Amino acid sequence: MAWVNAIIQGVLTGGLYALFACGLSLMFGVMKVVNLAHGDLAVVAGYVAVGVITVTHIPVLWSFLIVVPLMAVVGYVLQRTILQTALNRSVLTTLMVTFGLSAVIENGLLQFFTANSRAIGTGLALVSDSFKLGSQIQIAYLLVVIFTVAVAVLLGLQYFLSASKYGRLIRAVADDREAAQLCGADYRHVFGIAAAVAFGTVALAGIAYGMYSQLQPTTGTDTILLFAFAAVVIGGLGSLWGTLLGGVVLGVAQQIGAQINISYEVLAGYLVFLAVLVLRPQGLTARRAQS
Amino acid sequence: MSLVSDTTERSLESYRITRSRRNVAWTGAGALVVVVVLALFPYIVYSGTTTIMLQGFIVLTLASMWNLLAGYAGLVSVGQQAFVGLGAYFVLIFAIHGVSPFAALPVAAIGCGVAALPLWWLVSRLRTGYFAIATWVLAATVMLIIERFSSIGGGTGMPLPGLSGFTGTLLTAYTYWIGLAVTVIALATMYILLRGRLGLVLTAIRDDEVAARSSGARVGLARMLVYVVAGVGCGAAGGVLAISQLQVQPGAVFSIQWTAEMAFAAIIGGLGTIEGPILGTAVYMVLQQTLQSYNAWYLIVLGLVAMAVVLIARRGLWGLVDDHLHVRLFPVGYWLWTGERGRRRGERAKGPRHRLD
Repeated sequence: MAWVNAIIQGVLTGGLYALFACGLSLMFGVMKVVNLAHGDLAVVAGYVAVGVITVTHIPVLWSFLIVVPLMAVVGYVLQRTILQTALNRSVLTTLMVTFGLSAVIENGLLQFFTANSRAIGTGLALVSDSFKLGSQIQIAYLLVVIFTVAVAVLLGLQYFLSASKYGRLIRAVADDREAAQLCGADYRHVFGIAAAVAFGTVALAGIAYGMYSQLQPTTGTDTILLFAFAAVVIGGLGSLWGTLLGGVVLGVAQQIGAQINISYEVLAGYLVFLAVLVLRPQGLTARRAQS
Repeated sequence: MSLVSDTTERSLESYRITRSRRNVAWTGAGALVVVVVLALFPYIVYSGTTTIMLQGFIVLTLASMWNLLAGYAGLVSVGQQAFVGLGAYFVLIFAIHGVSPFAALPVAAIGCGVAALPLWWLVSRLRTGYFAIATWVLAATVMLIIERFSSIGGGTGMPLPGLSGFTGTLLTAYTYWIGLAVTVIALATMYILLRGRLGLVLTAIRDDEVAARSSGARVGLARMLVYVVAGVGCGAAGGVLAISQLQVQPGAVFSIQWTAEMAFAAIIGGLGTIEGPILGTAVYMVLQQTLQSYNAWYLIVLGLVAMAVVLIARRGLWGLVDDHLHVRLFPVGYWLWTGERGRRRGERAKGPRHRLD
């Protein structure tokens, strides 16, 4: 029964990891930018949520109404300024710039907010409560909510990319930038929109992690970025639903590792990631990844 | 057709290719003097100064290795802390078994080169951004595995044994000399490698990877060699770090901060030149010493400067020097001379100056 519990917990945590991963995947798919500051920006969003809740006293759950649009604007501006300039140079330049950004954000948070951890919505019934399945399986409401949000975000992204005007533009620019430009699309603006959407999901990821666990300045890299990347690679590069599959596989691997020995939790996830890298570098959803 | 014969005739007539505009022997003599003076430092200055300089040597070695990876081979690795940590731990393991840490250092560095082979096999298929984060995950994995062994300190680390026979001053001096030796060897190795076939292959890959491949350049092998050399260099620096800190702590030696420092120092100084990281390390040391009482500020400033350099002056500070003075202390490229004496025509046939284009 303990193993069944581990698998259920792992699947649900996978939703959180998919939420981490989809923004990373989107930005790579469209702009070929791997944003090394991805996780740190999620932590910033979480810290902003803590601040917004403290200042305005709005209900904790509704903080995303402020934080998500805010991060989307940040994403658009960042893409149009720093990232676009770097992209004009080379892909390696974007890596160095985002790595610099990551270090600046992380040490900035450390400097201004100390290394103390922060949580969002402590004391909220939704965060602490859980329901029981049978006698041994206990499921937190929060994990179910996060999983649902992740699925909703992925559905929303899929609808946005396949049916909306900007979604079509994004796909066109991702497929062939020059051709899209010849048809009158301003690829810089389209990149900005894609970054705004990705940063919106980053904000949700940061808030969700802040509720699920504790946010620290280092959480952005050693948890969010690396787990997001592992989920993307396991699921298959460039596949939207692959990130959910990858997140679930990562989550289950971690929970099974933790079941064996609590200190194996993170290591087990990375070992599965390395195994996929060796045995199936195209990811688990290869066919979709190629399209 | 005419173009080809034309060039051949002209080259027979008056073209001349040299490594440098000036005589390299002077640079060599100058470098020798600098090294000798640096080696005498423990006799001249207080041990506090040599300790600070040792820190500079470690960063310079690391920055040079990162420059080799990112500036010459196009491999932006964010996981070099894996080798810093492994180097420190190899020294610790030998020291536990009774080998002097100083004697263990070369073995530890070579051990890191051997460890780089399987790690390379794991990440070699990945490019650019995915390579970057995959090396990061690898470094985290290596740390988590090392933390499993309680005999070498587990998650909390342990003090480095085998150095109790030295008095404080003597130990500081020895550590300083070994740090200096590691740095000099690292720079010399890089210089020799880049002047040889490896440098030629890396330049060819930089200009056009497909063309290089089809001309018979063994692209994969060249990249692997660079990764292994960088592993050895970072491992040696990690070993020196362990000796200078007198203890090994997994969280400290496997910290991403090492990669941040080496990358920023290399980027600020200028990627794709051997001189760049030297200048970058000097900037790093000045910032670090000035801002050291303000905690994390030096890394924030360093990161911001590195971002600005990448976006505005992409060849770094040494690039600015080179543009205005045409000075290369360690020339690895070629100059093309025409018949008109003393005037440069065309440009360097080889040389990593536009590495990041």
